[in-house]
Amino acid sequence: MIDTFEGYSQLSLFTAMAIYAAAFVLYSIDLATRSGQARGASAGGEQQRAGAGAAAAGLSRQSAGGSADSARGSVATLVRPPAAPAGGGSVPLVRRSKVLRVAFSLTVLGWLFQLAATILRGIDAQRVPFGNMYEFALTATTVIVGVFVVVQIFVDVRFVGALITGLALLFLGITRTNFYVPVRPLPPALDSYWLVLHILVAVLAVGLLTLAFGLAVAQLLQTRRESRLAAGLQAGPAFLATFPPAERLENLAYRVNIIGFIFWSFTLIAGAIWAEHAWGRYWGWDTKEVWTFIIWVLYAGYIHARATRGWRGTRASWLAIIAYAAVLFNFAIVNIFFKGLHAYSGL
Amino acid sequence: MSRPSDHIDVGALEPEEGGEAISNGGPGGRSGQGPLGWLLFFWRQLTSMRVALLLLLLLAVAAIPGSLLPQRSSDPNGVSQWKTDHPDAFRILDAFPINAFDVYSSVWFSAIYILLFVSLIGCVVPRVAHHWRALRQRPPRTPSRLSRLPAFRTDAFPGISAERAAEEAQAILKRQRYRVQRYTGRDGEESVSAERGYMRETGNLVFHAALVGILVAVGFGGGLGFSGQKVVVEGGSFVNSLLDYDSFNPGRFFDDAGLPPYSLTLDKLAVTYVDDNPNAMGQPLDFDASVSLRQADGAPAGDATIKVNEPLRYYGTDVYLLGNGYAPTITVRDPQGTVVFHESVPFLPQDANLTSIGVVKVPDGLAQQLGMVGFFYPTRAQGSSGASFSTYPDLVNPVLTLNVYTGDLGLDNGVPRSVYVLDTTNMTEIAGTQSDTKALELSIGQSVALPGGLGSVSLDAVPRYASLEIHSDPSQGWVLLFAVLAVAGLLSSLLIPRRRVWVKARPDGEGVRVEYAGLARGDDPTLDRAVGDLVRAHALALGRPAESVMPETRMHS
Repeated sequence: MIDTFEGYSQLSLFTAMAIYAAAFVLYSIDLATRSGQARGASAGGEQQRAGAGAAAAGLSRQSAGGSADSARGSVATLVRPPAAPAGGGSVPLVRRSKVLRVAFSLTVLGWLFQLAATILRGIDAQRVPFGNMYEFALTATTVIVGVFVVVQIFVDVRFVGALITGLALLFLGITRTNFYVPVRPLPPALDSYWLVLHILVAVLAVGLLTLAFGLAVAQLLQTRRESRLAAGLQAGPAFLATFPPAERLENLAYRVNIIGFIFWSFTLIAGAIWAEHAWGRYWGWDTKEVWTFIIWVLYAGYIHARATRGWRGTRASWLAIIAYAAVLFNFAIVNIFFKGLHAYSGL
Repeated sequence: MSRPSDHIDVGALEPEEGGEAISNGGPGGRSGQGPLGWLLFFWRQLTSMRVALLLLLLLAVAAIPGSLLPQRSSDPNGVSQWKTDHPDAFRILDAFPINAFDVYSSVWFSAIYILLFVSLIGCVVPRVAHHWRALRQRPPRTPSRLSRLPAFRTDAFPGISAERAAEEAQAILKRQRYRVQRYTGRDGEESVSAERGYMRETGNLVFHAALVGILVAVGFGGGLGFSGQKVVVEGGSFVNSLLDYDSFNPGRFFDDAGLPPYSLTLDKLAVTYVDDNPNAMGQPLDFDASVSLRQADGAPAGDATIKVNEPLRYYGTDVYLLGNGYAPTITVRDPQGTVVFHESVPFLPQDANLTSIGVVKVPDGLAQQLGMVGFFYPTRAQGSSGASFSTYPDLVNPVLTLNVYTGDLGLDNGVPRSVYVLDTTNMTEIAGTQSDTKALELSIGQSVALPGGLGSVSLDAVPRYASLEIHSDPSQGWVLLFAVLAVAGLLSSLLIPRRRVWVKARPDGEGVRVEYAGLARGDDPTLDRAVGDLVRAHALALGRPAESVMPETRMHS
């Protein structure tokens, strides 16, 4: 019999994980189905899609008033593919798949359960659930999936659903197994409104950077496929034919990354202000501060790389992926194995 | 040239301005021969995007070792420990120029960020000049063939003059906060050239300038302040003067004559602990130091509290509560009962339940010099082996045990001694584990005789002490200001689209044929939509009925 909020929080968390697992399976099935459809459709030649990027399946979507512009090169885009494409124009390769819709609905449902788990944990602890590594990871994963769900309102990025739900499931599994600690009150050093601000912007940044990471991975795969096609080679995974073209993926990843970068800058500054309140200095090269700085510099490098000739595209995206690896490293490794003032893992 | 020559925008989008894009050829190229040519070559390399990028990545990599090895600035004890554990490696790593334990002030780390900032300044200054000119220029003449631009639409309006079409377009664009310029071409052609988003470049420049500001404020401003530590026992006081600090680290340019001699008395340090959650028993919940203040001239200035996240800001200094512990009040009397030592001795906490160790040194007043090593247990419990430990950090069952030594305290030979360490080389233990007499054991209010008729020792009370950090950094506000400016600059440089839009109206029989085009300068996800909106708004303004505007003006370019 469950008699604490924490008990319900755990139940809700395990439910969310089960639902994410189901969503992950369905997203994977969807990718496999796309492979089949893409193969069938591409019999007539894949080049047809050239220039018709946004109209391709994954991205098509009716915009608010139906008053959509040409889809070409715009984010706002979200345009219904022309009902009768002009000759030689775009042919949506895949109709909206039912599997994909179910997978996304499950993602939303799982997310609601996870949100409930996070909130219940906070209610049990009578504070924001940011007090230790378990709670931070729980909140961060909620935000990662939340960003994925919310971004859906603006642009269809369900094609990275498998990656996002897979990551969320992986993070939650590791977190629950290795980082779990029972509810404890905040130590005085954490008892500050800066906890709310600093951590909230940090998890939002992580959520956005995770989505951008997924897009960058998709872009790199797509770039490879496009160059292989251009060279007349085997194209690789067929489901990529239903993804937006690499250039559009790159643009999307960039936009999500820069918003993540802005949030990361806020994290850094809020952290410095809090450090001044709590430790008597705003910057002291504490290990966590060092890694926050490294990540900031890496993403700054990515933004510069994108504006440098010869670096836009693949190279810049690799930088973004390395920077995201540093984000994970900063959370998982630095918290546990590095000595420093941010010793709040609770482990 | 507004941008480094290898910036992705150079040349591609501004043929009218960036035509002279400089090649990145060697020194034998356009930069001429000789040392000046080489210098110019290096300068161009340094201010190029590629080198700036390389330096950024290098900076990120160079910051890593400082997180792997303990640093003197953040973890001096860790450095001493590392030195003890790896004496040989330490000697090499600590030597110039590696300075692996002071990475962030080392030559190589400084070299990277100084080069980066030189590159940044070299890149930003010409852009400031260029942007300053651009801000005062009118939008450029409308290109002759708009159809070649990325976002292009056309429309036709019968019965409307080119004048009127251009006027309406001008009004719409002005409302949308474009900078607008009318041009008249051949054959009665009227056009509007408009540009917006100058804040994008302004923000970009502000961001980079603010980073320089942060570096300067940290570099110079950091030298103006100081930091110092002071341990204050409940009932005790601290005066903000050099003599009263336990330790004091002035900045390079700090003048200690500037210390305002205010004082504070620690009236009480209240600590609350978790006592109802088995998962967090004894975890501190709150530290609350009540202090009373006196101004620099000695006048009472009321009370204040200092908490962990709430420093006291007074006379331009910040007082932080960084540590706490117990300071047992110990009195030592000679055999006649005369007090030879009476002090509250701060004990250093050893664990979360505040088992603490302290040292008492009584050089004078007894037959022999006396030293005592004390173990204090706020809530004493004993294991099966008889060893004592503390089970809770608050004073539930406080017990002090003392190992007593006689002999030479070593205070007279001029070597500085820590007050927290007792050097027992020249001393004999007369009570404790190595001696026949067991360690002395005291609870509050008790008094026991010292072995050998030396006198007696008593534990009178156990007040707490607060370890305070007093800190002044006049440049802090500047750093914050520049950081806020940097973020503001970042927001506008990443999120405001900069674009040019043209509307060209050409008389066409009875009416007018209008062309619309847009050109993004930098990343602009909404360009196409913006041009589409303009087309619709223009059609409405020229009297086309609303219901026909929406679907019909959609065009596939």
